[in-house]
Amino acid sequence: MTKLAAVLAAAVLVLAGCGGASGSPGARTLTVSAAASLTNVFGELKQRFETDNPGVDVRINFAGSSDLASQILAGAPSGVFASANTAQMDKVVAAGLVAGVPQIFVTNRLQIAVVPGNPTNIQGFADLARPDVTLVVCALQVPCGAATEKVEQAAGVRLDPVSEEPNVRAVLSKVTSGNADAGLVYVTDVASADGRVDGVGFPESENALNSYPIAVLTTAAEPELARMFVELVRSEDGQRVLKAAGFGTP
Amino acid sequence: MTAVSTAKRRSADRHAVAVGLPRWLWIPAGVGFGLIALPVLGLVVRADLAGLPEVVTSEAALAALELSLRTAAISTLLCLLFGGSLAVVLARSTARGLRLVRPVVLLPLVLPPVVGGLALLYTLGRTGFAGRQLELWFGITIPFTTAAVVLAQTFVSMPFLVVSLEGALRTAGERYESVAATLGASPGTVARRVTLPLVLPGLGSGLVLAFARSLGEFGATIAFAGSLQGTTRTLPLLVYQEREVDVDGAIALSLVLVVVAVVVIAVARPRAAEGLR
Repeated sequence: MTKLAAVLAAAVLVLAGCGGASGSPGARTLTVSAAASLTNVFGELKQRFETDNPGVDVRINFAGSSDLASQILAGAPSGVFASANTAQMDKVVAAGLVAGVPQIFVTNRLQIAVVPGNPTNIQGFADLARPDVTLVVCALQVPCGAATEKVEQAAGVRLDPVSEEPNVRAVLSKVTSGNADAGLVYVTDVASADGRVDGVGFPESENALNSYPIAVLTTAAEPELARMFVELVRSEDGQRVLKAAGFGTP
Repeated sequence: MTAVSTAKRRSADRHAVAVGLPRWLWIPAGVGFGLIALPVLGLVVRADLAGLPEVVTSEAALAALELSLRTAAISTLLCLLFGGSLAVVLARSTARGLRLVRPVVLLPLVLPPVVGGLALLYTLGRTGFAGRQLELWFGITIPFTTAAVVLAQTFVSMPFLVVSLEGALRTAGERYESVAATLGASPGTVARRVTLPLVLPGLGSGLVLAFARSLGEFGATIAFAGSLQGTTRTLPLLVYQEREVDVDGAIALSLVLVVVAVVVIAVARPRAAEGLR
């Protein structure tokens, strides 16, 4: 029995150790905490950064900005924070964890995602209030929900959604699965859906532009690498990649 | 397990020497307990107790609590009706092919709940093969309704009831039932006077587990039912959403869930589950 316990304990230790020991010894590592909406573009920028800087391993932690801010405040080791809104970045700044001043690197705006072919014939924001439209939006607590409310006020339209989802991806999936006729998401989400939804733009989205700030953190293990990554994101090359994904320039 | 042997064991128990536990067992047992208890303690320590009443009595919290209790109760009843019948069939029927049914019934235990929710969505959603027929013939759409919440909870909770009850039925065996039947009891009387009392503890713990699992259900609900106050936003969904802006509020709401769960287990468990021994 003791032997079995010892074997089990050894197995657990070996397995647990594997997670931390991957990657070649001596490699330099940069950890980036990035908003989930940046998944595709930061994946591309990571590859470019690793090609430009041989021996550097970039690890990106994608999650909702508020989860990332909570993790950073709780002491998660990270070099760069790219947030999908300024409120979450402000929290990290207030805790004294940002080196320098956060820079806005892109903006994002809302767009209506509809089932391909737009069978419910939605032409603008006001159409979303039609009783025959099954509408899904983000909850007020998340940035896209706050932006939705701003647009509602600016347009003077009261929406009556069937669901207020916890994140923008959940809204998109309710439309791609055909269970909702329309959803309010970001332009970049429509672009990333590869034709599984159509996008309908509306002028009122101008009232709720979302600004994405990026900053080097004081907890960076290699501040130099962190600074270089932020520079890449803000460079012409970086901005081209972001623009191609639908982001706007600040 | 005959009446005679039970009686014998009882009388033997009084004279039995306590065997005691191997001492090393306390160490992993303690680690196991700590792994569960410490995070809950962490939650309590982190909670802003002064602000708790305000958060807990907010309109959103009360609506979510009411919806959670209501849907979990209905789901538990559905588990009893359908899962209970399934357990009896699995334990007692000799029909061929049942060996293939059990693994399917246990699937929700291993499936990530979100996947369960997606499976429900692609079956009963507007574009799903069953959902499309429902809409076409009866004008019923299930996603985004309270019925969807109940279906999601029943989906993930039913295996808990099936496993508990089937285990109890197998442990109880069929010997007492046969004896009662040879003495002239009708199948109904046998079920009511013999089988049910024997499996009651197992059934009770199954019901408690199913209710608790329904109460905590998150992934399948958010994927299949969405989230709207008073209709589909149960307490776990509210906690997940609230932590985006107000971690203290989310923790306070989590404590409500912890308290409800502890009350349910404390009220039901001693009679139900521990009676098994």
